[in-house]
Amino acid sequence: MPVCLFPAESGAALAEDLLYLGLNDLHVALGGKMVPFAGYSMPVQFPTGVMKEHLHTRAAAGLFDVSHMGQVILRPRGTYEETALAFEALMPVDVLGVAEGRQRYGLFTSDQGGILDDLMFANRGDHIFVVVNAACKAADIAHMTAHLSGVCEVIPVTDRALLALQGPQAEAALARLVPEVAAMRFMDVGVYGDIWVSRSGYTGEDGFEISLPMARVQGFAEALLDMPEVLPIGLGARDSLRLEAGLCLYGHDIDTTTSPVEAGLTWAIQKARRAGGARAGGFPGAGRILAELADGPSRVRVGLRPEGRAPMREDTALFAGDIAVGKVTSGGFGPSLNAPIAMGYVAAEHATIGTRLDGEVRGKRMPLTVAAMPFQPTTYKR
Amino acid sequence: MKYTKEHEWLRVEGDIVVVGITEHAATALGDVVFVELPEPETVVTEGDEVSVIESVKAASDITAPCDGEIVAVNQKLVDNPGLVNEDPLGAGWFFKMKLDDMGVLDDFMDEDEYNDMIA
Repeated sequence: MPVCLFPAESGAALAEDLLYLGLNDLHVALGGKMVPFAGYSMPVQFPTGVMKEHLHTRAAAGLFDVSHMGQVILRPRGTYEETALAFEALMPVDVLGVAEGRQRYGLFTSDQGGILDDLMFANRGDHIFVVVNAACKAADIAHMTAHLSGVCEVIPVTDRALLALQGPQAEAALARLVPEVAAMRFMDVGVYGDIWVSRSGYTGEDGFEISLPMARVQGFAEALLDMPEVLPIGLGARDSLRLEAGLCLYGHDIDTTTSPVEAGLTWAIQKARRAGGARAGGFPGAGRILAELADGPSRVRVGLRPEGRAPMREDTALFAGDIAVGKVTSGGFGPSLNAPIAMGYVAAEHATIGTRLDGEVRGKRMPLTVAAMPFQPTTYKR
Repeated sequence: MKYTKEHEWLRVEGDIVVVGITEHAATALGDVVFVELPEPETVVTEGDEVSVIESVKAASDITAPCDGEIVAVNQKLVDNPGLVNEDPLGAGWFFKMKLDDMGVLDDFMDEDEYNDMIA
């Protein structure tokens, strides 16, 4: 393979098939390198570069356009409780227990106990607001429509953009435009005029996700970017930030073959849905998932720290001695750690923190150690 | 200075050729975080993968531009891979080669031809 200049573009869709979102002109004007991602033209980096964009987000505030993600409203036809219970039947998650004004992480599971998608959902009083991954949104909307239409309207929100403002100075920056956000805590949601805010994100930093009408997004983004602490950040740094935070990327670290227990997402399965809980089971794949909770899974997602400087990328095979024990599902360089980091699945007997394994890189076995995640401490404002 | 289609530059110093990657390539690759260099005294054939460069985005191979022998490598890149971005045409050089036939250099692009290629 010769020097591959634009790896993200390999196998790309034709330009005319791509969808362009509200901030496309601004990204181009800012010098963003646009690549196809989940069918959309999205900036992978700006002239600042992935490394500095990453470090800037950890030090100040980074603005991400995540408008490609799916926003969906579940509007009850009857009671909120009825809709919450129907939504619970799709996920091993306590939906009913989420208080008004709060958001929670969720997972759609398959009948085999795999993961169809991961998502965020919020109790907004008279309805549930859901944010799903771009690549899965058509399937997710079909899934929700098929299973929930009896109790609620499943309404895709297509006229709104989604921004994320992340980093230690995100609160100060956003509060200049929306003062109410300063009082929010991690996983709170609020509606401020036509702006919908959650205090959450995908970087491990304190920060916000902001849904607003597509027609307003450019002015709002420009107002944020005019602030000295805010820089535009591309998908490249979004990936290295979430990897340092130990967060899963759907389609890589989790998919239809991985169960939530194997993925180490047991914290997302609240007591109410576990054996002995008030609403135990009753979600797709409950047999496998509850059995794995009781007996432990045969393989587990773990953090991995290569010992040298060489990154170990996705699909790197992992060995204990001569025995193949798993593979890397996300790997790269962690700018805040100034070292390579990875996550992947290994057989449960090799998953103890501190276990030394080898990863095969370009035909050579190189040592790495099973490590705790997140790699970078999170700074959520709880 | 000569250029390859693989975005390498070749600079002749006496009977030795210094090899690096172009500024265009370094910019496109993004921040370089890891470089693996060949062993000195390795005899190579044109197209051999002799070096690995990893940026924040992806891994790429650097191939031998011609037949010959690797006579020196830039160890500074191992400790400071960012030199490839900071000074791709100078301190960010990769290796030096003794070519079997210096005449093959005529087959490579000059600066104008390379600039036309990347335009």
